[in-house]
Amino acid sequence: MAASSAIDFTQVELTDVSRHFGRRRALAKTTITFRAGEIAGLFGPNGAGKSTMLGVIATLVRPTGGAVTYGGASARSLGDPLRGRIGVLGHDLFLYGDLSARENLEFFGRLYGLDRLGDRIDSALSAARLSERANDRVSSFSRGLRQRLALERALLHLPRLVLLDEPFTGLDDESTALLSARLRQLRDAGSIVLMATHDFENADDVIDRMICLREGRVREIPDARGNLRARYRQVMAEAWS
Amino acid sequence: MNVIRAAWWIARKDLIVEARSRELIYTTLFFAVACVLVFAFAFVQDGRSLDMAPTGPIGESVMPISVTDAAAGILWVAVAFSGTLALGRAFERERQSETLRALLLAPTERTAIYLGKLVGMVALMLLVELVLVPIIGLLFDAPIARAPFLLAALLIAGTLGFAAVGTLFAAMLVRAHSRDVLLPVLLYPITVPVIIAGVRGTAAIFGAEPNLDAAASWMSILIFFDAVFITLALWTFAPVMSE
Repeated sequence: MAASSAIDFTQVELTDVSRHFGRRRALAKTTITFRAGEIAGLFGPNGAGKSTMLGVIATLVRPTGGAVTYGGASARSLGDPLRGRIGVLGHDLFLYGDLSARENLEFFGRLYGLDRLGDRIDSALSAARLSERANDRVSSFSRGLRQRLALERALLHLPRLVLLDEPFTGLDDESTALLSARLRQLRDAGSIVLMATHDFENADDVIDRMICLREGRVREIPDARGNLRARYRQVMAEAWS
Repeated sequence: MNVIRAAWWIARKDLIVEARSRELIYTTLFFAVACVLVFAFAFVQDGRSLDMAPTGPIGESVMPISVTDAAAGILWVAVAFSGTLALGRAFERERQSETLRALLLAPTERTAIYLGKLVGMVALMLLVELVLVPIIGLLFDAPIARAPFLLAALLIAGTLGFAAVGTLFAAMLVRAHSRDVLLPVLLYPITVPVIIAGVRGTAAIFGAEPNLDAAASWMSILIFFDAVFITLALWTFAPVMSE
């Protein structure tokens, strides 16, 4: 296992986190905690700040104010190895089109300093159902196949914190069901999963918490009050009217 | 993870991608050769090099320049221009599918990304120079075999200094809309010392009266610039890449 496995945490806490892009406010004094063993769904209109929040938690975007802690420690104090415990599936898929599926996984596996890399890659290709196309260039894959490979790339190093931006994009019914099963598997294994999506129907099956974001402000939606879309619309109408 | 090892994996990946697409090598090489040919049309006639003898106000020759002296300048102009073209694309590939973010998420020091990109760029530019130098020798009667190791060392050191600054600026400009315009505007003023040292060192080798000691001195200056530029780049790269 990589040296980064020495770092571990069971919760991620945002305290008064703000992020401004010039005069535009992407996050405004956001305070929220994500815990191990849960899948949190992040919902909101375009430009609400969902991707910014994922970027801040992933250590890619520096907050303008406030603090993000991982098990009580800041990203600065945990240093570079912290990133070895974070897996990110972006809306753009973080894959090289000129490399094959296996080469993509191998490259990122090497960067993460993973041991037993061959076995991990075989397992990842199998989970993505791409074993037979392992040596094909990613540029020849459909969006759905790339999405499946990108998910396995993000999970190759067994991250504690999994951040997903629109994970259901381009997936057919079967792949969607597999992704949902994979997310539940991650939750059961003790991962902290945060997923930004507009896909209420598919998210409904997997999320434990529903968090709405608009104009950089967070509103958590209590569970068990009708379906996701209805709850979302209700909160949007009530909280931001 | 060891920075050097991570840099190696990034450089290796870049070279594999380039070997498959051949996008950069073909465009850079074509541009470099075209650049040299344009100069050759001006300085070569009927298969012979023209000697240039600028004249003073009263028509007397004040500083005769051999075309072999000019060849040093032409070589470095081609290296700088074609290098700029390659450097402009150094991080462009990482913008497609936002793989730059994936690199930034790796649990290694971010300077590994810079070093990996730098190694890839230097390898590409040296490959172009491997073709360029014989063409310069052929078209301008430049004595490229007079001190081959010193010439190679000058080119390697000069290319390293130029690419060290260029790779940093390419990274800084990766999210800028007018990055193609801004890169040469920022790059050339900073790398002027490298270009001057490269030209003067190469001219000392190519000259009618070669001065290898002078070439070695310019080489030392290039190494100094390389050390300064690479140190500054390693120091500034990680903050530059933070959003």
